[in-house]
Amino acid sequence: MTPPRESYAQNARVLPPERESRTLRARESNVQDPRVQHSRTLTVLRTGPQTLIQDLGRPGNAHLGVPPSGALDVPSFELANRLVGNPEDAAALEVLLGGLSLRANASCTVAVTGPSTPVLVNGVLRDSPLHLTPDDTLTLGTPEGGLRSYVAVSGGITVPADLGSRSTDLLSGLGPAPLQPDDELPLGDPTGVPVGVDVLVPVQVPDELVVPVFLGPRDDWFDNPERQLREGRWTVSDRSNRVGIRLTGTALDRVPCRVGQELPSEGLITGAVQVPADGRPVVFLADHPTTGGYPVIGVVPEYVLPLLGQAPPGTRLRFTPQA
Amino acid sequence: MQLRRCGTNAVLVEVDSLGEVEAVRAAVEAAELPGVVELVPAARTVLVVTEPGTLPAVRKILATADLAHRPRTVSDEVVIPVRYDGPDLDLVAETAGLTTAEVVDLHAGATYQVAFCGFAPGFAYLTGLPEPLHQPRLDSPRTKVPAGSVAIAGEYTAAYPRATPGGWRLIGRTDAPLFDPRRPTPALLTPGHRVRFEATR
Repeated sequence: MTPPRESYAQNARVLPPERESRTLRARESNVQDPRVQHSRTLTVLRTGPQTLIQDLGRPGNAHLGVPPSGALDVPSFELANRLVGNPEDAAALEVLLGGLSLRANASCTVAVTGPSTPVLVNGVLRDSPLHLTPDDTLTLGTPEGGLRSYVAVSGGITVPADLGSRSTDLLSGLGPAPLQPDDELPLGDPTGVPVGVDVLVPVQVPDELVVPVFLGPRDDWFDNPERQLREGRWTVSDRSNRVGIRLTGTALDRVPCRVGQELPSEGLITGAVQVPADGRPVVFLADHPTTGGYPVIGVVPEYVLPLLGQAPPGTRLRFTPQA
Repeated sequence: MQLRRCGTNAVLVEVDSLGEVEAVRAAVEAAELPGVVELVPAARTVLVVTEPGTLPAVRKILATADLAHRPRTVSDEVVIPVRYDGPDLDLVAETAGLTTAEVVDLHAGATYQVAFCGFAPGFAYLTGLPEPLHQPRLDSPRTKVPAGSVAIAGEYTAAYPRATPGGWRLIGRTDAPLFDPRRPTPALLTPGHRVRFEATR
């Protein structure tokens, strides 16, 4: 496809004065970056259950007690940015279970990636990536086969960064607040040419996830950990969130001498499978605490994390322990 | 020292004391390996998370690290002004069998070191607390500890960067800017820093 040509100057306009907009730290960002025009914004009309600004997070700060955060489904996030001509780390929206509605206040290219999600412009079903002109309304329906859609906009969302990242961290509260209706999102200047594409393959979480796991660092706290992990059966709980996937199902048994013991808190890595006192594992995702006191029986490889971040409650899960 | 596997690109280094934790942390930091993503000291462990391919270099550094030799802190001393008027100051004095003035002298007279951070951004666990102030947490934690509270628990003292729930005994307040995510150096206290508290009116 031919990416639509963007021309901002002729579309620049002033927001209707009667509309009260809660500008999301936009003034600060304009001060910091004089290139950002006031008109180059999106207005949030509805958010759905949860819409967050995300980029690739702020890894490298765990020693300060700061979680990595960042988009849970990184491949879908980066793809959305590439499709609109952004650097892969530009801030975009992570939309949980659809329902987001935005009004464009400037011309922009938008891509929606992740699970199969109806995308409507002014109420008409469209294929993404697509072009918006001022006053166009973009609405996301409910995703199928996954939880989180990524909405990238040409120029990226340019709210101020905390520790070098614009990601909302739901655990520590760093980054912008979750979006609310009437928020106005400042956009940066487009920096690249959108990648042409014919068909986007949507993310589809299978009914049962088979997740490799490397044993350690605290597998010795568990009775035959390899067999317990291999034979156990779990279901993704509805108490899962960006901090971690909570599992219901098989309770993992400790070796007798470790029952009732506590571990001095130690550093946690994304993908750690931590086993609280009730024996039901939690797989930590991007907003995980930097340290924890329950034993980590194993660690899942990084390439599984995007799919885990998309797994709806009720998804069945089993582990395949790796040597 | 025991190296515990932590997935394919990380290792959890387990040692016997906070002093050895600091030795391991400082040794890995001093090597300035470009592939080290996270270096997270804790009470008895140091987590080293790397880019793929960097673990062998980390293992090599660990193999030659001298745990007995605590590295000299190169950082300047951070001085934190405190008003010693915390709601648990009397309880702390009573538990220690001291007057509140003696508690203040003890706490403000010691030199501390940041052992590790955790719990919340910029929350630093400081070691070096004088023995009489090694005291248990409150029986029932507060639902909200005000930002800037200076507190003790077990072998640690700390200052709360922002309001959070907490069960530590509160002995004072500081206005020191403990954590600001927009600053080039967001955390006032980072692992290895030396710290003193100074009593103010």
